[in-house]
Amino acid sequence: MASVTLESVRKVYAGNVEAVKGVSLDIADGSFCVLVGPSGCGKSTLLRMIAGLETITAGKIRIGDRIVNDIEPAERDIAMVFQNYALYPHMNVYDNMAYGLRNRGTPKPEIDKRVREAARILAIEPFLDRKPRQLSGGQRQRVAMGRAIVRKPQVFLFDEPLSNLDAKLRVQMRVEIKRLQRALGVTSVYVTHDQVEAMTLSDKLVVMNHGVIEQIGTPSDVYRRPQTRFVATFIGSPPMNIMEGIVEGPNLVSVGGSLLPVADMRADLKADTRIHVGIRPEDVRVVEDGGTAFRIDVDFIEELGATQLFHGKIAGDEFVLQAPTGLIAASARQLALTVDATNVHLFDRETGQRLGQVDP
Amino acid sequence: MVERRRLGNIVPHLVLWIGIAIVAFPVYLAFVASTYDATTIANGQMGLAPGPLFLENYYRAIFVGTSRSTREPVGTMMLNSFVMAMGIAVGKIAISILSAYAIVYFKFPFRMTAFWIIFITLMLPVEVRIYPTYKIVADLGLLDTYAGLIVPLIASATGTLLFRQFFMTIPDELVEASKIDGAGFFRFFKDTVLPLSITTMAALFVIQFIYGWNQYLWPLLITTKDSMQTIVIGIKKMIVTQDALTEWQLAMATAVLAMLPPVAVVILMQRLFVKGLVETEK
Repeated sequence: MASVTLESVRKVYAGNVEAVKGVSLDIADGSFCVLVGPSGCGKSTLLRMIAGLETITAGKIRIGDRIVNDIEPAERDIAMVFQNYALYPHMNVYDNMAYGLRNRGTPKPEIDKRVREAARILAIEPFLDRKPRQLSGGQRQRVAMGRAIVRKPQVFLFDEPLSNLDAKLRVQMRVEIKRLQRALGVTSVYVTHDQVEAMTLSDKLVVMNHGVIEQIGTPSDVYRRPQTRFVATFIGSPPMNIMEGIVEGPNLVSVGGSLLPVADMRADLKADTRIHVGIRPEDVRVVEDGGTAFRIDVDFIEELGATQLFHGKIAGDEFVLQAPTGLIAASARQLALTVDATNVHLFDRETGQRLGQVDP
Repeated sequence: MVERRRLGNIVPHLVLWIGIAIVAFPVYLAFVASTYDATTIANGQMGLAPGPLFLENYYRAIFVGTSRSTREPVGTMMLNSFVMAMGIAVGKIAISILSAYAIVYFKFPFRMTAFWIIFITLMLPVEVRIYPTYKIVADLGLLDTYAGLIVPLIASATGTLLFRQFFMTIPDELVEASKIDGAGFFRFFKDTVLPLSITTMAALFVIQFIYGWNQYLWPLLITTKDSMQTIVIGIKKMIVTQDALTEWQLAMATAVLAMLPPVAVVILMQRLFVKGLVETEK
């Protein structure tokens, strides 16, 4: 096992396209780190640089205490699971898993032992003689994982491994990957654009956008205290509501004429500064029309089964409210809402940075 | 649409059978002619049913040859043709798979230039460069040799292009997975690219074997010894201008024999071809 350390890693492609703009990151030994972001944010490029499939333009990557910048992928002691599995179509499952070990000159009995053990862990023993094309998507996924496991690498790298599976299988494999990683205790780096995968799998969540890291933290950290407006809207479904607001005084802002108390607010914000106010759809409560309440006009309702989404507007800004089904009458046209001061997030209108206390 | 199918099946079948009859009848006639003696054919007394001399004519053709024009038995010609066709087919596959591999998987300066130069030779048929090629082969002392017959015809733009197109369909992730699995470029070629290319190789082999087997102009130029002549040249030599001197029954037997190896290659390779198609299906 080993930690992975990135020091101001940059990647510039031909034509001066900067895909990764100086990323520094510490991934602790045995932890599960998820890189999440929209497509084109540089997360895959970063992963491929760790794997050695892309050259590193600047910066250093360490696996353990070894700088791996100039080391071949095969020598880096990593294993990678690809989105399309990248199984060798002409080899059966056994050979697919054994191939890397054979190239490394591992003795035959050892290969056999490891392949059979991996097959047992992944429940693919009955398929060892089959070719990949005779397997279902989920089974191929397992073989791809098996190929990674038999190597007993220092680091697992996952490149959107679940995107090609259907929704049900994806949930199931997600749980299995998590369980497997716990059991083996191998440091893992996982790339995805799916924020649910990101939240559920990670010990450490890294949100990326436009080639830079927006925030690093535990999933709940990132969810409860997003450091930028981008993170606030990217993590969470439905996304956080962002509205125009004005600073009224210390720990007090107004949105559409209603006053909202704010717990986490930078002390040096001057009154009348225009800011963005973020509130998660599930953090608001419906109240009897009263003093501090703000009102939304309901346009339509989406049924999600357990919850309902009320789409409406507050002073021209779109607003979505999530509430358990039945809590709010479906016929409601106007709702008075209140929100806890701790659940109001403020962001700079220009930079999108969180305007919270510097160190909570 | 279903109720109209019965009639719909008859018309295409009819057209097919007419087509087959048009194509197959001359071949059948050649076979019939190869089972009579020369006089019957020359007198125009040959019927539509095969004659009595099948074994005798074919024995003479394969092991003895015509009495005047070719001086070599067809067995030798077939061996020559076979060696040439095999050499060209195998050589072309070997050369073009390697050059396509280089063009697709290695980044070197003027890579695309190299590709385009190969591609441009497609537009240059053998006949255009036949004199310089002859000069080179003659200077190398390769006249009347198998090498002389085979080597100039090996370079293939078609093959390179075909393999290149196929290699481009192999997903990049497979290359990357191989890299992580510790396979270098040679290993990747041997363990992954070759097994996946079997279908393409089979297709190319069929095309190139027939191409090699049917070569006429090139062997005509560079072979002078009777022992080196190919079967296509042999047939031409057997048909002498004075009609009466032509031993038609032997010429026809030779023609039938000349058809067999290409047919065999198509039939044998077709199995592999279809099998390969089914196996690489994703």
